[in-house]
Amino acid sequence: MTLRADRPGLLFALIGLAGLVLPLVQFKPNRIVPGEGVGLPLPLTALLALILLAGCLHWPHIWRLAGGLAGLGTVVLTLGGTARMLMDQAPDLARVAPAAGFWLLLLAFSLMLTDAVTRLRPSLRWRWLMLAGVVGLVVLVLTTGWLDQVSVMREYAARRDAFLREGAAHLFLAFGSLGLALLVGLPLGVAIHQSPAARGPVLSVLNILQTIPSLALFGIMIPIFGWIAANVPGAAQAGIAGIGVFPALVALFLYSLLPVVSNTLTGLSGVSPATQDAALGLGLTRWQVLAWVLVPLALPVLLAAIRIVLVQNIGLAVIAGLIGGGGFGTFVFQGLNQTAMDLVLLGALPTIGMALVAGIALDLLVQSLNRHTPRSA
Amino acid sequence: MAAAGLFLLAFLASPGSFSWLFAPMTRNGAPAIYTQTPLWSLTLSHLTLVAVAVAASTLVALVLGVLVTRPSGREFLPLARTITSVGQTFPPVAVLALAVPVMGFGAGPTLVALFLYGLLPVFENTLAGLTNQPAQIREAARGMGLTPAQRLWQVDLPLALPVILTGMRLTAVISLGTATIGSTVAARTLGEVIIAGLLSSNTAFVLQGGMVVGIIAVMIHEGFQALARLASRRTG
Repeated sequence: MTLRADRPGLLFALIGLAGLVLPLVQFKPNRIVPGEGVGLPLPLTALLALILLAGCLHWPHIWRLAGGLAGLGTVVLTLGGTARMLMDQAPDLARVAPAAGFWLLLLAFSLMLTDAVTRLRPSLRWRWLMLAGVVGLVVLVLTTGWLDQVSVMREYAARRDAFLREGAAHLFLAFGSLGLALLVGLPLGVAIHQSPAARGPVLSVLNILQTIPSLALFGIMIPIFGWIAANVPGAAQAGIAGIGVFPALVALFLYSLLPVVSNTLTGLSGVSPATQDAALGLGLTRWQVLAWVLVPLALPVLLAAIRIVLVQNIGLAVIAGLIGGGGFGTFVFQGLNQTAMDLVLLGALPTIGMALVAGIALDLLVQSLNRHTPRSA
Repeated sequence: MAAAGLFLLAFLASPGSFSWLFAPMTRNGAPAIYTQTPLWSLTLSHLTLVAVAVAASTLVALVLGVLVTRPSGREFLPLARTITSVGQTFPPVAVLALAVPVMGFGAGPTLVALFLYGLLPVFENTLAGLTNQPAQIREAARGMGLTPAQRLWQVDLPLALPVILTGMRLTAVISLGTATIGSTVAARTLGEVIIAGLLSSNTAFVLQGGMVVGIIAVMIHEGFQALARLASRRTG
């Protein structure tokens, strides 16, 4: 360690110290009205301040990693502990909600952790392990029940079944629309790769689709599907209806088409003509070239499209909650209507978590593929 | 493009004369045109919201992008890259909903969400524009004896301008769409028309709100692309 200040560390300390000054939680008489702020107990404040200040100096990166983890763990466990203590003698209607101090501390230590990981430059294997470790820790903390008295978890306890149902609906929307987009987008991308004349029109239609605001696209799907259900024989029996999951699924599918089609095209165009000629010279048919040479070589770019689509759809699926399509958005908009912010968090936090995990996992997958597939020169 | 723009202007100036277009989509004699608030006034406040957010996030992102690429800010560069890629996975709707407890209902949370979310594309592209310059140009600038500040203003920023404009385009188009969701937290935007349509199952409302936002989005998209082409032609 040297005594030169570490600038990112200074920034994290500033954010974290602001978090220590502000209240950690809001103690509210019920779930809607504002309450009084409650801070951290003094010894823990001192401990966290010590970690934050130590982070301002130069240490080996592994120590920063440990500091970030220790800080995050302390903050989260203190939240749970404070909630348990306050709720012990409080009436059942009272709520202990995380407040500005908690969020700032969470931000400061997450930044410290992220910074340490970035500077450590761990190998791919280690990054996979870290991702699994963090997810595992979150699951562990949630299953032990230590956080059960925190307002968000109280909301969860009150609607456990609905939460699981909407979670499944959210996943179905995000992955189902991705599947549909791959099913239609891959052949479409291959087709416009083979016939350049169709490229312009197809891509501009898909581009215009992307500019329609998500709220409107979801809305427009409702009457269209209502009409189909009413007028196409057999459609209603197949489960197609103007309300529910179908309009949302198709709206998400339409948004996903552009990334899939344009990345398929980019990936296929990126394979050098020499490689294709060599494959044709070996006596492969056009379809064999496509299946054995072009698609494997284009795979990293395709995977990048899947990452874009999946992250985007996990986020956009929230809007399905507004048109009765289900998903975590149901809680977000219910919460906004009732001005019950804990309910908003119950919908928003898992959505953010899912998007983060999907984004990071697919990034790692793209990187490991890039390492294994040598790009044609 | 010009035709779409003219159509939009005519529609906003006198929505009533287009009711024949939307009438087939209503049921039970519901009104074809949203009249609760004049459409032009909603469009104006929608655009103001987006313009303020995009201007603020561009300004902040540019300053941050320049800072982390200076020698004194290099320590932040790896972290900045990670934050931008992780930050963009945050769903805009979730950011919007989470801004409500801090800001209350109204235009405030929408503005904050649009600003925060808009930072990332501009910042990412500023970084790319300022760090991916060919080595010859760096050498030439040094050989000409430019000071770091001169190099920034006369070489680096003009060369990065097309990429920065692309980032602004992404930000503007995303903000335009996300602002419609802002009306769920009581911001005055065109989303109000769409939501009114959803609540009263009036497809005409949904369609006209979506149409106005869609046409504006396409025009902004094209406009920024033209600007980027202009900028890259000027620098050769």
